[in-house]
Amino acid sequence: MIRLRLERRESTPTWFSFALPLAAIITTLVLCSGLVVMAGANVWEAYTTLFMSALSSRFNLVETMVKASPLIFTGLAVAVAFRAKFWNIGAEGQLLAGAMAAAFIGGLSILPSWSMVPLMIISAAIAGGLWAIVPAILKTRYKVDDVVTSLLLNFIIYYAMTAILDGPWRDPISGYPDSPDILMDAEFPVLLRATRLHLGVLLSVMAAPIVWWVIRQTTLGFAIRAVGENPKASAYGGINITKVIIITALISGALAGLAGAGEVGGIHFQIMAGISPGYGYSGIVIAMLARLNPLGVIPAAIFFAIIVTGAEGMSRATGVPVFLADVIQGTSLLTMLAALLFTTHRIRIKQAHHG
Amino acid sequence: MNSSVPSLSMRNICKSFGVVQANSNVDLTLYSGDILGLLGENGAGKTTLMNILFGAYSADDGHIEINGKPVTIHNSANAIVHGIGMVHQHFHLVHRHSVLENLLVGLPGINGMLDKQGALKRLDEINNNFHLYLDPHAIVDDLTIGEQQRLEIIKVLFRGARILILDEPTAALTPQEAEGLFDALRAMVAKGLSIIFISHKLYEVRSITNKIMVMRHGKVTATLDNTPDVSERKIAELMCGHELTPPEKPAHLAKQSLLNISNVFTNETGRVCLDNISLNVRGGEIIGIAGVSGNGQRELADVIAGVLTPSSGTLEIDGHEILEFSPKQMQAYGIGRVPEDRMTTGLLTTLPLSDSMALPRISDKAFSRFGVLNRKAIRKFVEEQIEKFKIKAHDADVRTGTLSGGNLQKALLARELAWDPLVMLAAQPTRGLDIGAAQFVHNIFLELRSRDRGVIVISEDLEELFNLSDRIAVMYEGKITAILPIAEATVQKVGMLMAGQEAGQ
Amino acid sequence: MDEILMQIFQVGFFTALIRIATPLIFATIGELFAERAGVLNLGIEGIMLLSAMTGFSAAYFSDNLWIGILAAILTGVAAGILMGALTVTLGLSQHVSGIGMTLFCSGLAFFFYRLIFGQPSTPPNIVAFQPVAVPMLSDIPIIGQPLFNQTALVYIAYALVPMAAFILFKTPWGLSLRTVGESPHAADSAGVNVAWTRYQALMLSGALMGVAGAFLSMVQFNAFTFGVISGRGWVCVALVVFGLWSPWRSAAGALLFATIDALQLRLQASSAIDIPYQLFLMLPFVLTIIAMAAVSRNARAPAALLKPFRKEER
Repeated sequence: MIRLRLERRESTPTWFSFALPLAAIITTLVLCSGLVVMAGANVWEAYTTLFMSALSSRFNLVETMVKASPLIFTGLAVAVAFRAKFWNIGAEGQLLAGAMAAAFIGGLSILPSWSMVPLMIISAAIAGGLWAIVPAILKTRYKVDDVVTSLLLNFIIYYAMTAILDGPWRDPISGYPDSPDILMDAEFPVLLRATRLHLGVLLSVMAAPIVWWVIRQTTLGFAIRAVGENPKASAYGGINITKVIIITALISGALAGLAGAGEVGGIHFQIMAGISPGYGYSGIVIAMLARLNPLGVIPAAIFFAIIVTGAEGMSRATGVPVFLADVIQGTSLLTMLAALLFTTHRIRIKQAHHG
Repeated sequence: MNSSVPSLSMRNICKSFGVVQANSNVDLTLYSGDILGLLGENGAGKTTLMNILFGAYSADDGHIEINGKPVTIHNSANAIVHGIGMVHQHFHLVHRHSVLENLLVGLPGINGMLDKQGALKRLDEINNNFHLYLDPHAIVDDLTIGEQQRLEIIKVLFRGARILILDEPTAALTPQEAEGLFDALRAMVAKGLSIIFISHKLYEVRSITNKIMVMRHGKVTATLDNTPDVSERKIAELMCGHELTPPEKPAHLAKQSLLNISNVFTNETGRVCLDNISLNVRGGEIIGIAGVSGNGQRELADVIAGVLTPSSGTLEIDGHEILEFSPKQMQAYGIGRVPEDRMTTGLLTTLPLSDSMALPRISDKAFSRFGVLNRKAIRKFVEEQIEKFKIKAHDADVRTGTLSGGNLQKALLARELAWDPLVMLAAQPTRGLDIGAAQFVHNIFLELRSRDRGVIVISEDLEELFNLSDRIAVMYEGKITAILPIAEATVQKVGMLMAGQEAGQ
Repeated sequence: MDEILMQIFQVGFFTALIRIATPLIFATIGELFAERAGVLNLGIEGIMLLSAMTGFSAAYFSDNLWIGILAAILTGVAAGILMGALTVTLGLSQHVSGIGMTLFCSGLAFFFYRLIFGQPSTPPNIVAFQPVAVPMLSDIPIIGQPLFNQTALVYIAYALVPMAAFILFKTPWGLSLRTVGESPHAADSAGVNVAWTRYQALMLSGALMGVAGAFLSMVQFNAFTFGVISGRGWVCVALVVFGLWSPWRSAAGALLFATIDALQLRLQASSAIDIPYQLFLMLPFVLTIIAMAAVSRNARAPAALLKPFRKEER
């Protein structure tokens, strides 16, 4: 009888960083092709339109980067948090906090014009960071599970935001529940003419190596990793666990807040209820695909941006519901999780004897 | 007490984990009424063999026969059906549940409900036959360690075990409680049960068993009857393969006080409270702290490590009074610490070895400047320690969790010794280590002693304490009940103090 | 304040309260069984959503509400098995597996709903379950109507709580399950198959969550919408903690939450209070967080919760 056994590994080969996410994605696409078939479409046609739409023209390529920008930020936010085993599922809400702060600052005409964009960015980071501290404090002080609280807080801030947008902050001109447009001076500078490639995109791409460096090369990064690995041993080793978790939450929330700032200052120039189609949750999948490595977040985010951009086109061309993208997202997380098992274990095939 | 058919016969058992041959062609025979002592160092293969017998592992090769009939044991449920019961070293009890619930788990009920009446009846029978009594409705959390072990044994008898396996049963018992256990064992074999008694404590094995089997490196090195002509020395040699040399301990004059604990109390909820602890550790001496686990040793260690703040009392290190209790402070003043549970409170299991070794001193200027790590320096440090202490690790980047117990202990010691601590605090320092590694650790303590440093060893192994200490302190219920100079200490005195009796009663 | 009291004493209030509490009770008890066995099932939100969809669709096409419930249950059980594969067999992080399950199941729910129904101008709906009055009991003054003139699933919920308590504390399977959740090694030594027990707990968990989801799309509302769950699944996870992992206390927590929810619905509708309705929607979530904070410090979770059980590891 052949039996499969899981055995511990001593160390993980470096090429796994590429091979595992790739294997996970391929498995995902294979599994999801079943859905395409159920929708009565041709798998090859569906997948090619899904991926090619994003890459079909220079404009579309830039658009993909633009779409990837908030995903990079939320991916980084989650990667940092998860490293400390601070289960920040609240990136979605922290993004909204940042977006609100940015939209608010962006509408203040009393501020000097040169200061608007930097202030928007800073305030978004602060707002996101503060909103992330709530679950962190609940976890460290009251031992409340961070997953549930950060999730519930997403709903809370969403309702708070829509309440304000429906009321005092409603745009009198449009009549819709969205805020008035931000001032011209508050719009993020465009980096490439005739595109939407805004400052936020550059910031997100710059943020990744910075976050990588902090995690790998600083005592703070060491503390974050140690706390995530073994809080008790870290405490005995002189690390202040509460401080580390709070700082992690601040950084994580700030990154998510910056995603919000980018969307407000670079894309929509206002804030409305639907400003985030789940970027915070996508960030979780992206962080896992990147194996919590900040540098890996960029390609993972671009991958998802491609899928999200292409889903509409695929849907129109083949009739497959646009929500295939959501299923791909959920499936990738699960396949990547399973793939991660191979970093710490290998499979041995054993012939079992009877006697 | 012999019948012609052995109650248990294991032949040619082989089992390997990866490249490690845990069991190599092992034979074991047990007759009804036998108490077989299974001796061997850590890693000799005893526990593996018993886990195979109990169905936790499956052998790669070999046969097992019970009462002459060949059997295959797929899992614990199987083993129980065949009349095999195992009392593990670390109890498998549910602390939140009652004695009755712990006994009933896994048994079919009556009419879909738990069979409480039937269980109470069986408990009565077991009490009558073997004098083992427990209150069925007591919550396990409230029982003493000795009582919890009694529950483990009752659990096994409850299911009709005829072959009992006891894995290091006296590890957490006082000498007096151990005698109580032995009485129960004698009652069991008188009724025809057979017992396999795993231990590394020679004197115990001598006193209770009628047959001895010694294992080393996965093989059986000897099977003999426990007769008076067999010497402890011989058995130890069979276990270790070499002459046992007790470590050299030259007489040494203790110097000035390095760590002075005065009238310390703690009162943290959910933990044992320290009650007026006073202890003075001088340079050049080793203080052993004896006591059944759970009497405040962990709390004392946590105070010295700076993790637990006393509610009153003072601590002075080398004359400086400690005002703020934190691990960093204790480190800075010269306390080195080797924790009791290496993995839980000492090391970072899935991170590289270098991370684990740099952990306590990561902010020190040798390892980092202005918050930025100096990776080259860290690596160099770790490689130096690997070299110096002969730690068996491929390089500084291997995952910490892949090292063996002995090498992990070396790593923990190395990480502290590199900073030349004034006082080294070590809890259960040789637990899980083979004789060679244990000796290595003891020699380090003696070397510290000869350099006029202070050493505190907290251990449940009385032999270890007697070999190392200049003075032995005994802890009971959060107090230090006595501090005896080694010349005045005997196993009997210490044993009684551990059990809360005043010495001399 | 007067307005609030006025609302509470209106006749329909308690009826609505019980109706709102029912899906919460099903889902909370479902989560409770999983956690008592040592597995945190964060797929709850997604499982409820997916089951709401499959239940609704099956009921729509078969014209039979109970077929819908059956479909929802099967969906939940399948989800439970998948969750088991991830957390029990593969031993993956329960937190991340759960989030993954929710994202996966939500995605499937959206995808298949769109595939089956397209985007019609009037969304499809069914005739929801109708209340069935219990003879004699429903005539009791004051409490008769709210308690005994409800839909069939509500009556099942009444029975569910004592049944769950009975199963957990008085049956061998319940004891095995609790032992697995407290000390898998103890259970294993006693001959209990830890993995299988956890799978069973997860399947039961999924089934109950399925019923909860179906209740929302087939009783409380008569259609499936993408927002039909809106965070209630997460609330149920909180309710298990709040109830200290006991069926009775968790059900009481569900009733408390339902009271707040019913109240905010009434206050929204009444014109006497001029506060944005979203703040009322927020209130139950805020209170849930506060309740968890009050309880969590000293709460003792099942000891083996979140830890995968692997036997032959060295």
